[in-house]
Amino acid sequence: MTVTAVKKDPSALTMTLDAEFDAPPERVWQLWADPRQLERWWGPPTYPATFTKHDLAPGSRVEYHMTGPEGDQPKGYWDVLEIDPPHRLVFRDGFANDDGTPNDDLPRNEVRMTIEGISEGKTRMSIESIFPNTQAMEQILAMGMEEGLTEAVGQIDAILAEQRVA
Amino acid sequence: MASPDFDRVFGALADHTRRDIVRRAIDGREGVAELAGHYPMSFAAVQKHVAILERAGLVTKQRIGRRKVVRTNLHGLHAARRLLDRYEDLWRDRIDRMTDFITNTKETET
Repeated sequence: MTVTAVKKDPSALTMTLDAEFDAPPERVWQLWADPRQLERWWGPPTYPATFTKHDLAPGSRVEYHMTGPEGDQPKGYWDVLEIDPPHRLVFRDGFANDDGTPNDDLPRNEVRMTIEGISEGKTRMSIESIFPNTQAMEQILAMGMEEGLTEAVGQIDAILAEQRVA
Repeated sequence: MASPDFDRVFGALADHTRRDIVRRAIDGREGVAELAGHYPMSFAAVQKHVAILERAGLVTKQRIGRRKVVRTNLHGLHAARRLLDRYEDLWRDRIDRMTDFITNTKETET
């Protein structure tokens, strides 16, 4: 179990996750800084990622695409906001059009990644993922990442009703 | 105070006041001034919390007659919860792959 803590705050549209690795901070940083290593974990095995532009500097844009089982190649990009090797990387992750330009109709989420050594050869990496608004979230959900929203809203109503009686 | 049930539904919330506002605004009966009366903080501070929630799409302000009430957007709140769950899964998978990769490269080094 490398994930040590997860915190979700729907009222701030934020998810924070901490993980620990048996490796020094510099090694964990390489997972982000080396595009070939990044490709080994960014996408799932069914949708591996290829980073075609990878310059981690504030203001620069990283470009990538994923390759699906049908040969489909959805594109994405990062806008790098902050970088402090080997400790911190902040970027906005968004979807891109076929020609690689950012697709502003689709939501972006901001990722704040921090790395710190906790003891000899042990490192904690923290990921904070922040969304701009619930509309953006609904849009992502509507894109097929999640189903059963209506049904679930019924469930939440029921639970909240219990809450009020209690 | 929120009960454990409520905690389970919405997960760990970083900000107690905002969580409480979301809960109180389910009925949509109170305006910002009434909501502010529940907390040991200034009207401006509560107004700020409401603004954050409103921007996030988690509450809306509705006009009822001459009053303006704050109402929770259950649909949005639930979408938020589900998406955060989805992102948790996504990052857990990524961290598993990172761990495997680090372990495998360590073995080839030695």
